[in-house]
Formats: sequence, structure tokens, C-alpha cells
Amino acid sequence: MTRTPDDPARGPPPDAPRAFWTMARRDSLAGFLFAAPQLAGTLVFVLVPLGLVFWYSLHEWNVLANTFNYTGSLNYEQLLGDPSLPGVLLASALFSAGLVVLNMSLALLLAVLLNQKLAGIAVFRTLFFSPVVVSLVAWTIVWGFLLQHNGGINGVLRLLGIEGPNWLRTPGTAMLSVIVVQVFKNVGLNMVLFLAALQGVPRELYEAARIDGAPRFKQFRRITLPLISPTILLTSIITVVGSLQVFAQIAVLTQGGPGVSTTVLVYYLYQQTFQFHRFGYGSTLAIVLFAIVALLTLAQWQMRRRFVFHEQ
Amino acid sequence: MNSEIPARTKVALYGLLCVLLIPFVFPTWWMVTSSLKPISDIFVFPPQFLPTHPDWSTYKQVFTIQPFAQQYWNSAWIAAVVTAATLAVSSMAGYAFARIRFPGADALFIVVLIGLLIPSEVTIVPLFRMFLKLGWVNTHWPLVLIPVFGAPSVFATFIMRQFFIALPQELEEAARVDGLGRFKIFRTIALPLARPALASVAIFTFLHSWNLYLEPIVFLSTPSKFTLPQALTQYTDAYGGPMWNIQLAAATLTALPVLIVFVLAQKQFVEGLAHTGLKG
Repeated sequence: MTRTPDDPARGPPPDAPRAFWTMARRDSLAGFLFAAPQLAGTLVFVLVPLGLVFWYSLHEWNVLANTFNYTGSLNYEQLLGDPSLPGVLLASALFSAGLVVLNMSLALLLAVLLNQKLAGIAVFRTLFFSPVVVSLVAWTIVWGFLLQHNGGINGVLRLLGIEGPNWLRTPGTAMLSVIVVQVFKNVGLNMVLFLAALQGVPRELYEAARIDGAPRFKQFRRITLPLISPTILLTSIITVVGSLQVFAQIAVLTQGGPGVSTTVLVYYLYQQTFQFHRFGYGSTLAIVLFAIVALLTLAQWQMRRRFVFHEQ
Repeated sequence: MNSEIPARTKVALYGLLCVLLIPFVFPTWWMVTSSLKPISDIFVFPPQFLPTHPDWSTYKQVFTIQPFAQQYWNSAWIAAVVTAATLAVSSMAGYAFARIRFPGADALFIVVLIGLLIPSEVTIVPLFRMFLKLGWVNTHWPLVLIPVFGAPSVFATFIMRQFFIALPQELEEAARVDGLGRFKIFRTIALPLARPALASVAIFTFLHSWNLYLEPIVFLSTPSKFTLPQALTQYTDAYGGPMWNIQLAAATLTALPVLIVFVLAQKQFVEGLAHTGLKG
């Protein structure tokens, strides 16, 4: 495209006084303006509240009496002496570990199966993915219904001659149930991401390995896994951070019980803050949650250096 | 790599896939069929995989026990507003961080990314106090503002930035030489090309808002203001026990429309989500 120098679309003619709004300045302004809503919003609704959580954790706020008093390290002393806390942290750790292990392995298995050239495989992909789009609470309610003592799962088990436990009211099975419900709900997401990664592995590599006589399993371990390791890392970060936010499933299925066996940190935070109105202590628990999320994320980014084969 | 799968392996694969499918598909089937059972058949043994006495009155009761239509509308418009606003905020910010050189851009991007580490569960107490002071408790404002500017939108901005970085620049450069302003380039050139990324951001955001549970139960107290996830848990009898068939009917009404949209547009869904730049 050629244009004459005095083309109006090109801005002021060269002999005009040097404009203040140079291209670079205009770009800077545009950049700020484009990012401004996100920046301002993140500041007001994320960063300032984060700062306030620290501040609140040094106070006790009584909503009903409308008092807000400085209490120093009192909330932290209570935290260390809280008899429920070890159980809560254990429940969180069990839930997150169980969820991540089951979710990632099932997602990888499904992705490998769906990567086979079979007729109608797209239908399977759609069905495996479908729980992702089912309303979370609706999904949880149905599973809660299935897991009742006289519910559908025990009904089917009884047809097979097995007497099932009261899944949601027995300590060991309650945690297992909550994990499994969540795995089936969301594993489709990781499955699709793995599938995309698998399809990005160059075919020539497998052909070369086959000519060299490498068995299937070895091909998978030596070619597939290293090449999809960036995806594995990213999905594991998302899954871990997501697992720490689990709330609706606990609230609907077990209300944290029996005992505190399924009281994960977020549920405990909710109970303390909004059911027992301990806003200061709730803020202290929020800081624990934040510290865990931040530490785990940092640790996983560090692992990238050691385990991830290469980055695109 | 598998152009010559032996027939026996094929049968085994199909069998394995079908067995694995049960926990993914059966709950939805059980939800729909149980919603049509009279309460006397709900826990009957042996389990009825099809209702023997279909009873549609549960669907009427869904609407008489609670203002369910109103609650449906609440969820729908909140999700729509959150999705539209997130698309606008995140596509512009993502574009700026990917394409425009401005002082401090990298530092500001890292500041925004910190938002990913801070789920709203961490900041819920200050947010509650903030909205209390604004007089917005028991309104829908917190349910809109928190996701539009919180971790979900930061995630969306990250996805949009990754997408714009990978997009070839030539068209935009040509338009710049022609003297087009940034906003016009963004709106007429970059945004139409970003449709796949916008679609996946829209899906993520919609589902996130549609599933939101902590914020509604913290901020809302009037049933006519409830959103669906919260409303679903309210179908209880005088003793606090769930009225299963009615609750499952409400759950069916909540889940089915999104499922149908998903089946119709599943290519966009699945491929869109796979394209979110999460590939590493």
C-alpha cells in the first residue's frame, strides 16, 4: 500500500509543530487504558482485600455489636491451640492428595484411550466430558442421593449380594466419596487438555521407536510422558489449587462430618466465620489457606526446572 | 499410530470405555429418572432404572415450594453479565499485555497474575465487610463484581494474553501504518481473530458463575434473590431432610439446558477448552 506524504490518515503533516502525542506516548496511554479495568478491579477486589485479611487477623470484629478491636496475636495463638486444626489440615491434605492423584491418572488413562483411532470415539469424548457442564450442586445432590445408605449404589451392590456401607456417614468412606464425586465431575477438563497434548506429539517419534523395536509401554514412558510433561505440570497446578477451594461438595454431601473427617480448610473457614461469627479467626484461617496455595504453586513451578522436559 | 488395531483389541477397548463411562453418565440418568418417581419409589429395592409410576407433579412442586423461576432468572442474568463483563475486561487487558509496549507492563502483568493465587475464599471476610459497608449485602452485586475482577478474570486475561501473543502481527502492523487507532485495531482486527479464545473464556466464566456457591450463601438471605445452586439445597421437609424427588427435579431443570447446549456445541466446548493456551 503506497500513500502520499500528505495523506490525512497518516497524522499531522511533517511541518506541523511536533505533536505531544507521539506514537510511543499514544501507545503507552492506550496500554494503560486497555489494562485499566483489570488493574483497578484486581486492586480493589483482590489485592486490597488480601492486605485487609492480614489486618483483620489481628482484630476481632463483632458484626452484631459492630465492634472492631485490635487483639494482637490472639487469633494466631488460638490457631496454634485449636484442637480441630490438625484434623482440618489432615482432611485438606487427604482430599487434595487423593483428588490430584486420582484425577490426573484417570485423565491420562482416558486421554490415551480416546487417542485411539476407533469409530465413534468422539461420542465417548463428549460423554466423559459431560459432567463438567452439569451444574456442580446438581451433580453433588445426585451423588449424595446415590450414596445414601439405602440409595442407588447400595441398591446395585445388594443386587450383587454386597452390603454397602453408609458412605457419607462413615469416616473413611466419607472422604473417599467426596473425592470420587469431585473426580468424576471435573476429570473431563484435564482429559481434554491431555488429549490435545497427546495429539501434539509428532508421529515420527513413535515410528522411529517402533522400528527400533521399543515396546508400547516404553514408548509411552520415554516419548509420550516427557513430551506432555508441560501439560501435566500445568494441569496439576490448576487441579491442586482447585482442590483447595472445594466447598459446595462438602457443604452438600457431609457438612464436614463425620467429626471433622471431611472438614477441609475452606469449609472450616466458612464455619468459623459465617456460622460462629468469628471474623477475626476466619481471617487467620484465610491466611493459612493463602500460604498453602502460594507455597504449593511456587513448589510446582520449581519442579518444572527438574522434571519438565522442554517448554514450548 | 494405530491404523491397524486388531479386532479383539477393539472389542476390549470399547468394553473398557463403556465400563469407565458408567460413573460419568449414570448419575445424570438417575437424576432425570428419579425426579419422576413418587416419593414412595425413591428408595425402593430393587432399584428402578426407569420410573414405574412416572409422576410429573414433582416438576410443578419445584415452582410452588420456592420462587424457582425467579431464582433461575437470577442465575441466568448474573452468569450472562459476568460472562460479558469478563470477556470485555480480559480481552482488553490480555491484548494490552500481549501487544502494546507501555512502561511497567511486565511488572503490572505480574501484579495481576498474583490474583491467580488468591481465590475469593481467602478474601471473603474483607469482601464481606466491604459489601456490608456499601449496603450491597443481600444484593447480586458481590456475585457479579467478585468474579469479574477476581481470580476467574485474571485467569481469562492470562488466556487472552497467551492467545494474542501467538497470533501473527502482520495485519495489525499494516493497519497501524495506515494510521488506525489502537482501539479500532483491537475491535476490528484482533478481536474477530480471537474468537476461539473468547469462546473458551466465555465457557469457563459462565460455568464458574453458574456453579458459584460460597458467595451466594455468604451474601444472600432472601429466597427470591437466591441463585440456583443455593436454591437446590432448600428443598427440604419440616425436619430438614431433603425432598429427594422434588430436589432432583429442580436439579434436572438446572442441569439439562446447559447439557443440551453443550451437546449441540460440543466441538466449540471441547476444542475451545483445549485451545486455552494451557498446553504449556
